[in-house]
Amino acid sequence: MSAPTFDLGYLHGGLRMPRRKDKSNKQPIAHVPVPQQLILPITQHAGDPAHVVVGIGERVLKGQLIAESDGPISAPVHASSSGKVVAIEPWPVSRRLGGNAPCIVIECDGEDRAIELSEAITPFTSMDQETLFQKILQGGIVGLGGAVFPTAQKLMHASITPLEHLVLNGIECEPYITCDDMLMREQADEVLGGAQILMHALGVEHCFVAVESDKPEAIHAIADVMTELQDDRIAIKQIPTIYPSGAEDQTVQLVTNKEVPTGGLPTDVGCVVQNVGTSAAVYRWICKGEPLISRVTTVTGDGIAAPMNVFARIGTTVADIINFVGGYTENVHHLVIGGPMTGRSVTTDRVPLVKATNCILVMSDEEQFGNEQPCIRCGDCASVCPVQLLPQQLFWYACADDEEKLRSYGLMDCIECGCCDLVCPSHIPLTADFRMAKARMRELADEVARAERARLRYEFHTQRLDREQLLRAQQLEAQKQAAREGGSKAISDILERTSKKDDRDPGEE
Amino acid sequence: MWTSVLTAVSTITVIALLAGLVLSYASSRLPADRDPLVEQVNQLLPQTQCAQCGYPGCRPYALAIVEDDAAINLCAPGGEETIQRLADLLGRDPVAPAGVTMNMTGLAMIDEALCIGCTYCRDVCPVDAIVGARQFMHTVIASECTGCELCIPRCPVDCISIEHAA
Repeated sequence: MSAPTFDLGYLHGGLRMPRRKDKSNKQPIAHVPVPQQLILPITQHAGDPAHVVVGIGERVLKGQLIAESDGPISAPVHASSSGKVVAIEPWPVSRRLGGNAPCIVIECDGEDRAIELSEAITPFTSMDQETLFQKILQGGIVGLGGAVFPTAQKLMHASITPLEHLVLNGIECEPYITCDDMLMREQADEVLGGAQILMHALGVEHCFVAVESDKPEAIHAIADVMTELQDDRIAIKQIPTIYPSGAEDQTVQLVTNKEVPTGGLPTDVGCVVQNVGTSAAVYRWICKGEPLISRVTTVTGDGIAAPMNVFARIGTTVADIINFVGGYTENVHHLVIGGPMTGRSVTTDRVPLVKATNCILVMSDEEQFGNEQPCIRCGDCASVCPVQLLPQQLFWYACADDEEKLRSYGLMDCIECGCCDLVCPSHIPLTADFRMAKARMRELADEVARAERARLRYEFHTQRLDREQLLRAQQLEAQKQAAREGGSKAISDILERTSKKDDRDPGEE
Repeated sequence: MWTSVLTAVSTITVIALLAGLVLSYASSRLPADRDPLVEQVNQLLPQTQCAQCGYPGCRPYALAIVEDDAAINLCAPGGEETIQRLADLLGRDPVAPAGVTMNMTGLAMIDEALCIGCTYCRDVCPVDAIVGARQFMHTVIASECTGCELCIPRCPVDCISIEHAA
C-alpha cells in the first residue's frame, strides 16, 4: 500500500464554508423498507429517455428490465422491487426544468422477489473490454456524482483516448451531503472492487482515490481495504476541504495538476473520473448481479427530525424516506433535492428518489439569502471563481444579452458551482442568471443551425427544380426532333391507325 | 543611368505581364465566386423560405436587395431585428417593417386521416420537408419544417394546420 499523498495541483478561488456534515454522518446507513409504491422516471440519466418495455398490469420482479436504453447516450431502468405496473404516466420529478416527467408506477407486493440472472456471474478479469462495456450498459449504471451521464458510454468514449489515471471521486465538497463519506466508511471493499473492474475495463494502471482531508474515517476504511487487496495500483489522495474541489475538472486539476482545456473533457489530459458511488454500483452489478436499483442518499437539514444516511430503492418517494427517518420538524421552509449549492428546490415531497439524488435537504427559514441589490463591482466573485472567470463582467453581458461577449468571457466554462452567489454582497443570483444565459445561447445556436439547414435544403430544392426543368426541355426537344426526322412516315402511321379504328367502330355502336 | 531605369521599368513590366497572364488564366479556369455581398445578406435572413417578401425564397430576396435595390423591410419573419442588421450591413437607413411581422416558429401538421395524397403540398414545400407518394398519406418531417405556411393554401381538403410549440 502506498501512503496517502499530499502533492496537489493548484485550484483558483473556491470557498471554505460551514460544512454542516456532522448532522448526518454520526450513525450508520439505515435501510429503507420496500415502499407501497415505486415511481420510476424513464429519464434518470443524461441523454435520450429509455424505451418502456413493460405494459400496464404486468407483474415485474426486482431487478427486471422495465425500460431499455434507447439512443447513443441512454441508460436502461430496472424495477427496484417486485410488484405490478399500475400506470405509466407523468409524475412530478426534480430536474432542471421542473414539472412532470413520464414515470413507470409500480404497486409493490412487499415480497421483494428478485429476478433470476439470465447468465451466470463470470469474473470480470475473463471479460474483454467490449463485453464489459456492454455489461455495464445493461446494468443501468450512471454517474452518481450528480451529472448522471451513462457510465458505459463515458468509459467507451474514454477508452479510445490514451489514458493514464482513473480518479475515484470521493471528495463530496458540498455542505450537508455525506452519502459518499458513509459509503466509503461502510462499503470501501465495494468501492475499491469497482475501481479494479474500471481499471481492467479501461486498461489503466493507476487509480487515485481522492478524498477530502476532513473525512479521516473514510480514508481509514479505504486504507484498510487497500492493505487487504495488496493492489499497488491504487493510491489515496487527500484533498483540502475547499468547495468546489469535487467538481470533475477541478478534481482532475487537484489530483494531477493538469488543467482540463476549455470545452474539453478530463480524457484530454489522460484522466477518467468516476464517483465512488458509481464504482460501488459497478461492483454490485458485475460481481453480484444487482443492477442500479438502490443508492445511498443523505436526508438532512434543519427541517429533518433525525438527519441520517439511508440506503433506499430508486423510485421511493421523498415523503416515504422522510417518514422513515422520523419526519419533519416544525421549522420547515422548503425542500431541496441535491445539495444547497447545486440542488434544485421542489414544491412537493411526492417526487421520487432517482439515480441522481444524493441528498434530500429540508431547509428551515433561517437559511435564506437577502434581497437582490445593484452590483457594486467589488470583484469578490472573480476571486472565488474556481474556473477563473469574471462573474461581474459576465453578469453585465448577461443582462445586455450580448452573446459575443459572453462567449469571449467564457460563459460556457462556468460550472455553476454557486461560489459567486454566496460571496456577492449585493445578493445577486449570479448562477441562476448564468444558467439562463447559457440556455438562451444554446437556443440561439440551435436556431442558427436550423436556418443553415433550411438554407441548404432550399438550395438543393431549387437545384432539383432546375434540373427537372432542363430534363423536360431536353425530352421535348428530342420528341420534336423525332417528329421532324420521321416526317411523312409518322403522319401516315397515325392515319392508318385511325382508319382501322373507323372500320371497327360502327359495328360496336 | 538610362540602362538602370530601363532595367527597372522592363523588370516591372515583365512581372506585371506574367501576373496578368496568371490572373486571367485563373479567372477563366476557376469557378467564379458567388457574389459575397449576396451571401452576407442571405446569412442575415431567417431562411424560413416563406416567400412573404414577394420573392420565391430567402436567397432570391437577398439577390434582389443587392442587385435590384429592393426594399430591406419586406421580411415578415425577420422583423425589426433583421431590418436593423441589413441596414447596418448595407449602409442604408433602417425603415419600419412593410407588412405584419410574424413569428414563424410553428410546425406544419398534416391531419393524416383527411389527407388524400394529392402531392400539392409536397411540391410547394421550399425545403422538401413533406414526404408522400401520390394517393398515399403525406407527412411532415418535423425537424426540417420551417413553418413557412406555404403548404396551407395549397391543400384542397384543408388538412394542414400550424402547431405552435407550447
